[in-house]
Amino acid sequence: MLKKGTQAPDFSLLSTPDQALCLSELRGKKVILTFYPADWSPVCGDQLVLYNETLKYFQKHNAILIGISVDGIWCHLAFSKERNLHFPLLADFEPKGAVSKRYEVYDEQVGESKRALYVIDEEGIIQWSHLSPVGINPGADGILDALEELSDVKKLSQLN
Amino acid sequence: MILRTPVSEKDHIQGNPNASITLVQYGDYQCPFCWKAYPIVKRLQVSLQDHLKFVFRNFPLAKVHPHAKVAALAAEAAALQNKFWEMHDMLYERHKDLQYEAILSYAVELGLDIGLFEKDIKNPELEEKVDADFLSGLRSGVNATPTFFINGEKYTESWEENNLLEHIWTSNLV
Repeated sequence: MLKKGTQAPDFSLLSTPDQALCLSELRGKKVILTFYPADWSPVCGDQLVLYNETLKYFQKHNAILIGISVDGIWCHLAFSKERNLHFPLLADFEPKGAVSKRYEVYDEQVGESKRALYVIDEEGIIQWSHLSPVGINPGADGILDALEELSDVKKLSQLN
Repeated sequence: MILRTPVSEKDHIQGNPNASITLVQYGDYQCPFCWKAYPIVKRLQVSLQDHLKFVFRNFPLAKVHPHAKVAALAAEAAALQNKFWEMHDMLYERHKDLQYEAILSYAVELGLDIGLFEKDIKNPELEEKVDADFLSGLRSGVNATPTFFINGEKYTESWEENNLLEHIWTSNLV
């Protein structure tokens, strides 16, 4: 995975059939990227459903959450509607897995993204990452720890 | 993962307060897996008797389970009239109907002061309590419901059938 302190590679991926979301448009906010293998698979569902409930705690840290998998945008739309998700799912669909590859979280053998998390700061720098075994839902605790640490660091630098 | 918020007097506790085993469940009243876990925990309590202290904390996944939050609030409102466990059991036993009207009828059936119950269910302090439970779960690595902690350690094996009881027996916790 990309190391802490690396500039997060910019990308533009469809979030709806006619709208793309570009990472660099989100400067000024922290961004949580959650790469996951596939819509509809049981663990991803649990993981994204959990994060959906955690959004208000992410927002307290000025952080927004983005899901990325190789599923197409129509699949994402149906999945998002069924699970009542309140955050964007981006389609790393064509060229397949290109963004996942740049973030070093693409599983070439199965042709899906791995289950991986990145926390990117307001300046677009990677501050935390985590790779989870594909069948394990990593929960939200690691993300919240990383966000808290960033908030503490910021508070300290303002004091100094 | 460890339970980051230790069991305290703020919790709903059933069983012997000095038991050697403390089982904490994070649960959602509208979650089908929790429905399945409910009789399993009941059987565990019967088997372990005074060796077990059971704690229930709220973890409503409200965006997929639209009645989960109001059910959690109902149990907390019942707690203010000392009937938390009665309402907790009622909600699991009647999980097929967790509409507000149905919950009110359960409160009547349990003999609660219904005026007070309806007022309390809207009390922001109860919502804060439910949210605090949820956050404590998140911070302890709860990633689905039900999640169990045995003596402060997250239990990651299967809890179905007799697995939880067998785990407790074989870990020499009793």
